Amino acid sequence: MTVKAMNSSEVTKKVFNKEKLFVFDVRNETDFTDWKIEGENFQYLNIPYFELLDGVEEILGQIPTDMDVLVVCAKEGSSVMVAEMLSEAGRNVAYLEGGMKAWSEHLEPVKVGDLKDGGELYQFVRIGKGCLSYMVISDGEAAIVDATRMTDIFLDFAASKNAEIKHVFDTHLHADHISGGRKIAEKTGAAYWLPPKDATEVTFEYNALEGGNDVTIGGTTINIHSLYSPGHTIGSTSFVVDEKYLLSGDILFIDSIGRPDLAGLAEDWVGDLRETLYKRYRELSDELVVLPAHFMIIDELNEDGSVGEKLGTLFAKNHGLNIEDENEFRKIVTENLPPQPNAYQEIRETNMGKINPDIEKQREMEIGPNRCAVR
Amino acid sequence: MESTKVLDAKGLACPMPIVKTKKAMNDLVSGEVLEIHATDKGAKNDLAAWAKSGGHELVKHEEDGDVLKFWIKKA
Repeated sequence: MTVKAMNSSEVTKKVFNKEKLFVFDVRNETDFTDWKIEGENFQYLNIPYFELLDGVEEILGQIPTDMDVLVVCAKEGSSVMVAEMLSEAGRNVAYLEGGMKAWSEHLEPVKVGDLKDGGELYQFVRIGKGCLSYMVISDGEAAIVDATRMTDIFLDFAASKNAEIKHVFDTHLHADHISGGRKIAEKTGAAYWLPPKDATEVTFEYNALEGGNDVTIGGTTINIHSLYSPGHTIGSTSFVVDEKYLLSGDILFIDSIGRPDLAGLAEDWVGDLRETLYKRYRELSDELVVLPAHFMIIDELNEDGSVGEKLGTLFAKNHGLNIEDENEFRKIVTENLPPQPNAYQEIRETNMGKINPDIEKQREMEIGPNRCAVR
Repeated sequence: MESTKVLDAKGLACPMPIVKTKKAMNDLVSGEVLEIHATDKGAKNDLAAWAKSGGHELVKHEEDGDVLKFWIKKA
């Protein structure tokens, strides 16, 4: 029996469609516990490949025959070996092409909606890591918000829509993933915008993104209005697009809120976070659709794979927006925080332009879940 | 650190460093030490976990530039 490769896009479709899949993860237990492929109807088995070198006979009983089986490892090699062993034992299984490395880098574009004057808004779901990027397209022009370092997909997508990339924004200096914003701007001649309060140590030129900036995309007027909303970082800025969408960066998520500690200043920034979430955002329309820069858990995905919810709904349901007592809020977002993202200091330095790790190193730095939220 | 045998697994991708380590260990007797040189970053956690599951002792490991070095004492 031949061993098939399944690519990240195919696995993503299974996540979006809530299909069943048996994920046989052959990485070591620590890596599996830290981060795995998440799907609502996925089942899991974790046995490291190095415990299967003598054969798979003993574990055959644990592999189902009535559902698709996907063997997964870090970079593909070990999953091919194990998949071939299972195949020789008569099982029909696939391996994940490129392993978790490819899974971490996969972006799935999902259309969020049409804009008033004929434009479109797309969300790029980095399904393996929970990062969300955005592209606003109107009348031959495009703007990108919170791009990942996998820049080709944005360039290719804009080209396929015959749109020229004019503006690239980062809502804040990211700590969990390497921004592709600067690279895209360099390649296309677009303007690169970053909040100056997050950019005090950067080594490159940028346009200062500040509350009140208005940028128009296309001949028609798709306004991107920026809103100063500190708390995750001191410069964090949100965008209101077309008076309908609120791109909230890492300040507000669907089922959680931003953590204030990744630049080491939780105590200083918790007050800003409180003010943004409990005052500034409350002055906005409940009808705005919140589009965050991350999702944490697969339950946050909508039916079509997009991630977004009305601001009014979040005010009612998101626990982080419903902590009346200020001291309790302070306590929740400064104590008992989840572990910090892998290599987050090095990632911040990369995004500042202070260090230039090679692509292999960049991949390694980004391994694992994003962990930018506190629930 | 004294080693009985040195295994050069540099440039090899997962799973080969461990496949070769396992084979090399078969040629050693209990108490002897295998020294492994690898460049695959994944080898670090995997070799430690493999040694533990087999009851072998990871006596020492160090990084020399891009090369990861391990000393494993056979159970």
